[in-house]
Amino acid sequence: MTPDHDQTLDILYFAWVRERIGISREQVASSAPTPRALLGELAARDDRYAAAFADTGALRVAIDQTLADLDTPLAGAREVAIFPPMTGG
Amino acid sequence: MAEDVRLLSAPFDPGTELTAFTAAQSSAGAVVSFTGVVRDAAGGGLQHMEIEHYPGMTETALADIRARACTRWPLSGAVVVHRHGILRPGEVIMMVATAARHRADAFAAAEYLMDYLKSRAPFWKREVTRDGATWVAARDVDEVAVARWE
Repeated sequence: MTPDHDQTLDILYFAWVRERIGISREQVASSAPTPRALLGELAARDDRYAAAFADTGALRVAIDQTLADLDTPLAGAREVAIFPPMTGG
Repeated sequence: MAEDVRLLSAPFDPGTELTAFTAAQSSAGAVVSFTGVVRDAAGGGLQHMEIEHYPGMTETALADIRARACTRWPLSGAVVVHRHGILRPGEVIMMVATAARHRADAFAAAEYLMDYLKSRAPFWKREVTRDGATWVAARDVDEVAVARWE
């Protein structure tokens, strides 16, 4: 399902993704159907995003605080987090 | 009994945790625990470790991982304690403890908890040395470890 109009998303960045972009969160109006499309929209904005998102294989995402896939539908989402692979434990 | 899942910024004593956990188990014949410690991988150069996390999601993820372990094995108890913030070399990062009638279930559940905490709970470690700071990279073997349970 593709959002037929822009939805307002809170976007959160963690670890080196946060450092490369230079902020920890922002609000974005987007009609991106998936996190992958959202990354493309953001990367087109400026070099910091392009550098942070250059290797999508090194990125993980959570939609509304649940781990998701880069191709999980964003319809209805409020919060999207973008971060490197987790290193807990 | 203490809370089953705790996220702490302050140091904690795993011995005290384990004693309290064990005392609360009356039907279990086996208690297994694992404690993770900040090691000085930089050979004396590590000043501290910083653990960043995702407030809100972290608590949910820890509770969810614990709940899935409890569904998968017949446990009479399971506890997860994990720190965030700044940790010095030698400090305890986290611990898990599991209790079951028999040790095989307690060992397996503890390994399961560890494997998922490593790569499915939103924590990111950074090591700070005199020369600068480095984000700890996830390892391929951690993904392999999770995959064996799926």
